[in-house]
Amino acid sequence: MNFKTRLGLGILAFFTLLAVIGPWIAPYDPSAMSDDLLSPPSGAHWFGTTTTGQDIFSQVLVGTRGVMVVGLVCGVLATLLSIVVGVTAGFLGGAADEALSALSNVFLVIPALPLIIIVASMLPSADTVLIAAVISLTAWAWGARVLRAQTLSLRRRDFVEAARASGERTWRIIVFEVLPNLTAVIASGFVGTVIFAVMLQITLSFVGVVSLSTWNWGTVLFWAQSNQALGQGAWWWFVPAGLCIALLGTALALVNFGIDEYANPRLRKVRA
Amino acid sequence: MSPVLEIRSLSVDYGSLRAVHDVSLSLGAGEVLGLAGESGSGKSTLAYAATRLLQPPGRVPSGEVLFKGQDLLALSERQLRELRWTEIAIVFQGAMNALNPVISVGAQIDDVLRAHRPAMTRAARAGRGRELLSLVGIPVDRLSSYPHQLSGGMRQRVMIAMALALEPEIVIMDEPTTALDVVVQRQILGQLMRLRETLGFSVVFITHDISLLVEFSDRIAIMYGGRVVEEAPAAEIYRAARHPYSQGLLGSFPALRGPRRELRGIPGSPPDLRSMPSGCPFHPRCASALDVCGERMPSLEPVDGRRVACWLEGARGAVQITPQSTG
Amino acid sequence: MTFLLRRALFYLITLWAAITANFLLPRLLPGDPVQAMITKLGGRLNSDAMASLYILFGLDEKKSIWAQYVDYWGALARGDLGLSFTFFPTPVADVLAQSLPWTLGLVGVTTVIAFLLGTLLGVYAGWKRGSWLDNLIPVTTFLSSIPYFWLGLIAISVFSVTFPLLPASGGYAAGLVPEWSGEFVGSVLEHAVLPGITIVISSVAGWILGMRNMMVTVTAEDYVLVARAKGLSRRRIMFAYAARNAVLPSISGFALSLGFIVGGALLVEMVFSYPGLGYVLFQGIGAKDYPLMQGVFLVITLAVLVANLLADVGYLLLDPRTRREG
Repeated sequence: MNFKTRLGLGILAFFTLLAVIGPWIAPYDPSAMSDDLLSPPSGAHWFGTTTTGQDIFSQVLVGTRGVMVVGLVCGVLATLLSIVVGVTAGFLGGAADEALSALSNVFLVIPALPLIIIVASMLPSADTVLIAAVISLTAWAWGARVLRAQTLSLRRRDFVEAARASGERTWRIIVFEVLPNLTAVIASGFVGTVIFAVMLQITLSFVGVVSLSTWNWGTVLFWAQSNQALGQGAWWWFVPAGLCIALLGTALALVNFGIDEYANPRLRKVRA
Repeated sequence: MSPVLEIRSLSVDYGSLRAVHDVSLSLGAGEVLGLAGESGSGKSTLAYAATRLLQPPGRVPSGEVLFKGQDLLALSERQLRELRWTEIAIVFQGAMNALNPVISVGAQIDDVLRAHRPAMTRAARAGRGRELLSLVGIPVDRLSSYPHQLSGGMRQRVMIAMALALEPEIVIMDEPTTALDVVVQRQILGQLMRLRETLGFSVVFITHDISLLVEFSDRIAIMYGGRVVEEAPAAEIYRAARHPYSQGLLGSFPALRGPRRELRGIPGSPPDLRSMPSGCPFHPRCASALDVCGERMPSLEPVDGRRVACWLEGARGAVQITPQSTG
Repeated sequence: MTFLLRRALFYLITLWAAITANFLLPRLLPGDPVQAMITKLGGRLNSDAMASLYILFGLDEKKSIWAQYVDYWGALARGDLGLSFTFFPTPVADVLAQSLPWTLGLVGVTTVIAFLLGTLLGVYAGWKRGSWLDNLIPVTTFLSSIPYFWLGLIAISVFSVTFPLLPASGGYAAGLVPEWSGEFVGSVLEHAVLPGITIVISSVAGWILGMRNMMVTVTAEDYVLVARAKGLSRRRIMFAYAARNAVLPSISGFALSLGFIVGGALLVEMVFSYPGLGYVLFQGIGAKDYPLMQGVFLVITLAVLVANLLADVGYLLLDPRTRREG
């Protein structure tokens, strides 16, 4: 496992840790106001404070959990959906395949952001879990498409034909012969979905569509934007959250590269 | 007559593995040299190394490849590029992958002409393209076709036509007919040999199918485990191969005429490059192996107008042994 | 040709799905959006406007769902997307017509630039494996992990606030009248630089990576080896043999990338208050302006589908294998 992948996993582990212990180690309650209005980073407030004196460091720390939970939940749900649709389509072929493929393609092409914004604003209360569910409904299509393609090529391979010829039942073939060969693709799809979900959730929070009761990095940025942080030169309000997003995204992408290189040896670094 | 291509003590490494050991071969003008062996014997690697087409991590640690006196391995990129195709052309397996799928067949022939004959006009190039296609028996209107629109046999003919575009001195054929059925195989090889008579180029014919070599080549070199184990005129090899491996290869295919005989394969499998047997690489599979075979590597010795690398030669006694034969 | 027809058919189906989703959403989700809208607007709605609202969003007990569906299509065909709350009493269709050109301009130009730049860089990175270009990859990965809007915020912070070089918002300088004059066009360009660069930087990494990986795969193919054996110039091999084949997945994958890029671009517009669909959408969110939001969704979907169709045409031209009959 090369350096890039280890770096990615390391950062991921770091954020996961923060997600778990964040609320405990936060020095302040992220929503608690104080008299320290809009002050730059200092010893008391590592990331500075907001216009209402809230500690940004605590907000980012506590917000980690909101981000990671949504990412994980969406990742799992969407990946499950994509496996069900993609592998079924690839394995069954024929009319079922045509129908399922058309379905995935429709979900794939329709721009997710405006759609989710509409759905989220129509919901009476857009809390985290509901948003996660909605995101999963739009995120599964890409994985389904890739899995379908892989399943199609696997289905024609000899060992699958052999299993069918020997009368093994379809579901057993899928679970024991096909799925194990799809692990790299599924893993890669999972990571990709997490990236997508995290970005989408942060975007939705930033735009103000998601309920503001739970903290996540996007809500920090929302408040920064609504309070004209930029105009007031309060760079510390929006820089940390953004950097965290970028770091998490990079970490996930690095992990994905690692999986890619593992699956496709040609991509590995050439040792001259 | 001096050879048109001379490979001297060429070795090829893949990382820390040696794929080709110290091979020396020569090719005369207008001659057909067959290079036979199983997969992994190093025959294709040898050809690619000689023409500097190896993909990394392959490298050439030692040896020379003399083309009309010039060492190909020592030439600069530009000098080599000038030689490419104009003097030495390669016919690859015409499977789907050897032709660029997104440009037409005519454009791929045109490429070669544009790269090496900058003075030719477009009309002249198109004319040459048509000439080449008819040379190999393809309807001229196929110039604008794409590779996926042609049959396997036609694609192979296109590869041949491309190879002959600049009338090279040497044509190297790497498994040119393996992907084709037997009937088409014959047609294509027949055509190629007729062209050779007209245009007079030399051929290095690489294949695992020794029956083809027996029929079409002047001389045959047999490789095993990265070395040449026997080299002789084709008729001689067919009549009386000396190396046990050669005998095994010949015994593996049936003769069309003559008394029926038992088909013998060669027991065992080709050696793993990572763990080569000590001494002669073939000895674990050899029915006539001696003790010395497992201890020391026999060198390729000239014997009776041919070269053989086998301890049995010494044991036969009735042959000329040069002073260095205890290698 | 059948390839193109099938794709067009698929896009029509997708459009139908989007329109139907627009029809169903306000009716499926809890609450009565129409009532909420009427309450909000109070007496400003005349009976025509109210009827239109019902057609577009409401559950009319007097009609069957199917009849309402038909009416909905009728309204769309007339170009009636309702009235916008935020810009009351301007019809949604008018608001969209005004903001669409800005988005098309910004997204269109930046996507083309990012695609060309990214693909070209990817060609060189993939061709020269193991060179310094490979070290660019972690950098571009990091850049593409940065949310578009955050990059926009940084850009504003650096280039508008700290060093006042470029404007922080708007499509053109306040006070100018939209017309084809040098001054106006210049102002437009000036205002488009920051948002444009933000979008390009964020989206280019994806193209670079995709192209690089495909180049690596393609350069290992036999026909590239043949091209080398033929003694062709390096440039010819790199472009006509390797890149020409390696670019195909990028084009067929254009569809997927586009949805993502459009989403990001909308956000950039929000951050820069650039007068396109994104900014309009943003304003609609605050006011829960459903007619406007749904209108934006439809228009964006339509634009994305058209762009996909164009990409399919491009693919057809580049890959002769798709021209196979049947």
